[in-house]
Amino acid sequence: MARSMNLVLNVWRQKNAKDQGRFVRYDAKAINDHMSFLEMLDVVNEDLAHKGEEPIAFDHDCREGICGSCGMVINGVPHGPAKSTTACQLHMRLFKDGDEITIEPWRAGAFPVVRDLVVDRSALDRIIQAGGYVSVRAGAAPEANSLPVPKLDSDQAFDAATCIGCGACVASCPNASAALFTAAKISHLALLPQGGPERTDRVRKMVAQMDAEGFGHCSSHKECEAVCPKDISISFIAKMNRELITAMSVAPNEIKSRSKG
Amino acid sequence: MQLDSRAPTGPIEQRWNEARFKSKLVNPANRRKYKVIVVGSGLAGGAAAATFGELGYNVSCFCYQDSPRRAHSIAAQGGINAAKNYQNDGDSVYRLFYDTVKGGDFRARESNVYRLAELSVNIIDQCVAQGVPFAREYSGLLGNRSFGGAQVARTFYARGQTGQQLLLGAYQSLSKQIEQRTVKMHPRTEMLDLIVVDGVARGIVTRDLVTGKVSAHTADVVVLCSGGYGNVFYLSTNAKGCNTTATWRSHRRGAYFANPCFTQIHPTCIPQSGDYQSKLTLMSESLRNDGRVWVPKNLADLQRDPKNIPEADRDYYLERQYPSFGNLVPRDIASRRAKEMCDLGKGVGPEVAGVRRGVYLDFGDAVKRLGRDAVAERYDNLFQMYERITGENPYEVPMRMYPAIHYTMGGLWVDYNLMSTITGLFVGGEANFSDHGANRLGASALMQGLADGYFVLPVTVSNYLAGVKPGGVDESHPDVRRTVGEVEARIQRLMSIRGKRTPESFHRELGTLMWDYCGMARTEAGLKFALAKIPELKAEFYGNLSIVGSGEEYNIMLEKAGRTADFFELAELTCRDALDREESAGGHFREEHQTEEGEAQRNDDAFSYVAAWEFTGESLAPKLNKEPLSFEYVHPSQRSYK
Ligand SMILES: Cc1cc2nc3c(=O)[nH]c(=O)nc-3n(C[C@H](O)[C@H](O)[C@H](O)COP(=O)(O)OP(=O)(O)OC[C@H]3O[C@@H](n4cnc5c(N)ncnc54)[C@H](O)[C@@H]3O)c2cc1C
Ligand code: FES
Repeated sequence: MARSMNLVLNVWRQKNAKDQGRFVRYDAKAINDHMSFLEMLDVVNEDLAHKGEEPIAFDHDCREGICGSCGMVINGVPHGPAKSTTACQLHMRLFKDGDEITIEPWRAGAFPVVRDLVVDRSALDRIIQAGGYVSVRAGAAPEANSLPVPKLDSDQAFDAATCIGCGACVASCPNASAALFTAAKISHLALLPQGGPERTDRVRKMVAQMDAEGFGHCSSHKECEAVCPKDISISFIAKMNRELITAMSVAPNEIKSRSKG
Repeated sequence: MQLDSRAPTGPIEQRWNEARFKSKLVNPANRRKYKVIVVGSGLAGGAAAATFGELGYNVSCFCYQDSPRRAHSIAAQGGINAAKNYQNDGDSVYRLFYDTVKGGDFRARESNVYRLAELSVNIIDQCVAQGVPFAREYSGLLGNRSFGGAQVARTFYARGQTGQQLLLGAYQSLSKQIEQRTVKMHPRTEMLDLIVVDGVARGIVTRDLVTGKVSAHTADVVVLCSGGYGNVFYLSTNAKGCNTTATWRSHRRGAYFANPCFTQIHPTCIPQSGDYQSKLTLMSESLRNDGRVWVPKNLADLQRDPKNIPEADRDYYLERQYPSFGNLVPRDIASRRAKEMCDLGKGVGPEVAGVRRGVYLDFGDAVKRLGRDAVAERYDNLFQMYERITGENPYEVPMRMYPAIHYTMGGLWVDYNLMSTITGLFVGGEANFSDHGANRLGASALMQGLADGYFVLPVTVSNYLAGVKPGGVDESHPDVRRTVGEVEARIQRLMSIRGKRTPESFHRELGTLMWDYCGMARTEAGLKFALAKIPELKAEFYGNLSIVGSGEEYNIMLEKAGRTADFFELAELTCRDALDREESAGGHFREEHQTEEGEAQRNDDAFSYVAAWEFTGESLAPKLNKEPLSFEYVHPSQRSYK
């Protein structure tokens, strides 16, 4: 049977990047416990709109936990209290009548607030642009089965590739480090033979971009792994570091001539 | 206008090769002088933009999300078809072609479908080379499964995240081009209109979703890959932002809209739990391999704990009605039978708007037969997802399922080159109507999006560009300024209504109307009712809409209002098309046209054509243009699953 509950929300409201921002209290009345967390916010938003107040802006799209759009800090935890679950897949049955819920945007220097709970995560895109790909033109690919990949490697690569780029790892980290995000892509491609030829360049460029964006360093707090909705393991960060050390041991001019080729 | 499909003739195996050879080329040194606009960064748009960039064109790509990686394609679960015949089970390009034409209920163009089947093999090569981690066997070679009732195992998959992995592959290639500055990405930017100068597409007008700034972007060619319009039904399995604005606005500028009534329903989605529901979640079709569908025989049992309902009191209606196919009947049949049961008052689960809409999908027998571990191995991730959403454990309580809108076969009409009826406007992916006829087979949308993006558009758009001089129209052109002015006026109009109802409430009401009268089963009376009702609701929208805030800022209500406004117009056209098509075909089921067994009945003599609708003016009836279909290779037959 559905339960109905009344909640109090403390929501971060900020009109734009220049605005100071502040918490505002809202009553969320008659919330059905079958609702998703975002549906609860929809209901609050419809209510606000009826009163002529601006609705709370938040990013969302698939609402299935796969696009990585949604992201908010719920009671201090990125994506909220359920393990391996994005905010859009969080359901209200985890809350109870009378609960007070604090909702904030991702907080990190590299993620400026756009409005309310919406932040600018383009820094993550730029890390991928720095080298998170295999350079293969459309049409240039060899027959797919001409390159067997051991199942174990492929499975491990997948575990890294499953990252949805939501940025929760950054939001959870006391240093606002993007190490888990960056390591996931580096590992995905380093574990596969297709990623081999560009491996050295890739790790150097992606790590350099990560630093240039103003993300902090990893000091092994492991908060990122705990909040990652896709359970990406911090062992990939160790892998990234090993990849980097190996890449550093290659003479820079060798790298130069390689990247020219 | 006479519709020319420009489909090549001659032996079907040679048509694409021939067309490629005849295509004109642009000199590599000249390519950067050509501006190419791609709207959309899903599988079709992402692949197209990356490939145009690789070829050296000057590309601008647009999406409404904050990153191109989040396009709706990311959500596809099941897999992608390709005629590799790695399983040596008798598959071939010809068989995939045959299955797709037949699956589309003989309402697609043979030439296009053959090309799609042909290119399917290149797609897999491309994606593997990018590092897409498809499922592999212990040999290290690629694995396959059979999907959606196909008799061969031709589906490639990446756990339950095939769309995600394919999209990330395209996104990574796109990222490389962004880094190389051949592509400029415009995220959080929505296309609100198409710029047409002297009958030729010359650019788009966009709104920056963060600042509200309206601007014009001119180009030598415009490629729309903006996805499907399933959200006209409000509740669907599509992402929340999916919309018809890019395609609808282009339609109003002269692009014909083809077969809007061909919409697909997916039988296994998690039912609605209340009137606050914001979207529906699809559960993989594979569940029907082991799950048994039933409803209680007695109305008194509807609210009873299903575990306590004895076998004798359960109606396994699919097994009863279709003894040979049972729970594995095709999507549309499974969907309609579920609706029928619920209409009869036999649905289970919570009551929403007075009706219980759900049927049981029971794994009790599977657990007994195979053991819990074997069931877990096959379905555990799906069971977890179900439990997260419903709070019920499918190992103990039967799942509840109900059909939902999932995909739209209709879309902008395109010729063989994927060019619309506007010169210089190309359309790829779910946004066009081209390859799936009246019904799409499982795992074929990803294939089509990538075929269009990586392989078809790069050839056909280059061929087009080779015939035009680059540049010519810039932002100061009067037609460009006029279009920008019209967009601003439209935004102004929405902002200044200052009524009482939110855009969300209108969209929801429109969606309910569409689902009730133009959903799984359609009738003449119902469609006529909807056609009377939609204009009323639309009039109320323009008289009583309320948007808080201003247009010069991030405004989620304004975004929603613009999309809803376009859905109203598309909804009307969809109902009109459904009314006009006096037959049942694929996803379009007219109750008046069924066999004695309740199966869809096509009328090939009268309706073997593509309905391409032409916009004739505000509040004027659209004009129907027909592209006749002929079948040289696969001869139309009536299907039977009894
Ligand atoms: C839940 C689910 C599961 C599915 N599973 C499968 C499967 O297993 N196999 C299969 O083959 N198919 C599947 N499909 C279908 C398939 O995913 C889609 O048909 C396909 O991904 C569409 O790709 P696309 O590139 O055409 O469009 P999309 O991926 O929808 O991309 C549209 C793009 O256009 C942009 N856009 C839209 N409007 C505008 C605008 N006005 N201005 C600017 N940008 C705009 C968006 O930002 C986005 O980038 C599934 C669909 C769903 C809903
Ligand atoms: S909305 Fe897509 S992951 Fe949450």
